[in-house]
Amino acid sequence: MSVRSLLFAAMLLFAAGGASAQPIDTARSAVSATFTQMGVPVEGKFKKVGGQVGYDPANPAAAQAKIDVEVASFDLGDAQYNREVQQKDWFDTARFPTATFVSTSVKAAGAGRLEVAGKLTVKGRSVDIKVPLSVRNDAGATVFDGSVPIRRLAFAIGQGEWKDTALLADEVLLRFHLVVNSAK
Amino acid sequence: MSYTRTAKWLHWLVAVLIVANLGLGLTMVGMPGITPTKLRYFNWHKWVGVTVFGLVVLRTAWRLWHRPPALPDSMPRWERHAAAASHAALYVLMFALPLSGYFYSLAAGFPVVYLGLFPLPVLIEPDPALKEPLVALHHGLAWTMTALLLLHVGAALKHRFVDRDEVLQRMLWRSDR
Repeated sequence: MSVRSLLFAAMLLFAAGGASAQPIDTARSAVSATFTQMGVPVEGKFKKVGGQVGYDPANPAAAQAKIDVEVASFDLGDAQYNREVQQKDWFDTARFPTATFVSTSVKAAGAGRLEVAGKLTVKGRSVDIKVPLSVRNDAGATVFDGSVPIRRLAFAIGQGEWKDTALLADEVLLRFHLVVNSAK
Repeated sequence: MSYTRTAKWLHWLVAVLIVANLGLGLTMVGMPGITPTKLRYFNWHKWVGVTVFGLVVLRTAWRLWHRPPALPDSMPRWERHAAAASHAALYVLMFALPLSGYFYSLAAGFPVVYLGLFPLPVLIEPDPALKEPLVALHHGLAWTMTALLLLHVGAALKHRFVDRDEVLQRMLWRSDR
C-alpha cells in the first residue's frame, strides 16, 4: 500500500467516525427555562451557554454533545429575581456555578429529527433525560432546537417554602437553541 | 327612592373588593425581597383586580340602562356638580386602575392567569421601558382612588348626619323596608 492510499484510508475512517466536535456558537445559542408560578409561565434565559457538539448528518448515531451553562447568567428580566435565584434555596450558584448536559446516545428520529439521551446535571444532581431535537442547516451552520420538561425538585431547585408546587409547579420546560458553525 | 337591588349589590361588592385590593396592594409592595407569601399576594391582587374590572363593566352597563334615583331638592347646585364629577372620576378610575395594573404586569413579563386557571390575553410584549411609567401610573391612580373614596365616604356621611337627607339610604337595604 502506498503512503497516499494509507492517507486516503485514514481520511475515510475519520469521515466515518464523523463528528469531530465543534464549539457551539455562544453568541447565537440559547438555553431557557420556563417556570410556572400559580399558573403563570415565567421564562428565564441563561445568557452564557457554551460547549461542543460533534454531528455528522451522514452518521447521526455517532453524534455527541456537551453543553455547559453558567447558571449565574440566568436572567428573568428583573434584577431582584435574578439575585434571588442565585441563593442556596434555588440554584446555589456559589457552590454549583455550572450546569451541564452530556449526551450518552443519539438516535435519528425521522427527517431532520434526533432523539438525544443524556445526563443533565444541575446543582450537583444528575438526571437522565431524553431530548427530542430538530436539526437543520442554516447557511453553513447546524441549528438544533428542542425542549424537554424536567422536574425542578429533582434538582432541589426551590427549597423550603418554595417546595410548594401549588405556588411553583414542579414541571419546568427547558428549551435549547444551539448553533454550531461548520468546521473551517 | 332607592337604587335597584342589582345596583346595590354591584356597588357594595365592588366597594369591598376595591378596599381589599388597595389594602392588599399597599401591603405587598411593602414586603421586602421575594417570598412565597408576597408572590401569592401579587397573584391574588391581580385576580381581585380582574374581578373588579369585570364587575365594573356590568355595573357601567347597568348604570347606563337604569337612571339613578334623583338627588334631594335641598342639595345646592355646587354639590350636585361635585357629586356628578366625583362619581364620573370614580367610574374612570374603576377602569383605569385595573387596566394600568394589567398592562404593568404584561410589560414586566408576567401574563395574568385568572385564578391560576384562565390565561388572559397578552396584549403587549414584555417591555422593560414601559415597566417604570406603568407602575408609577398604577400607584398614582391607586392613591387618587384612595383620596376619592375618602371623599365619597365623607360625602355619604355628611348627607346622613349633617344634611340628614336620604342620599346614603338610597344605597342601603334598610330603606326598602
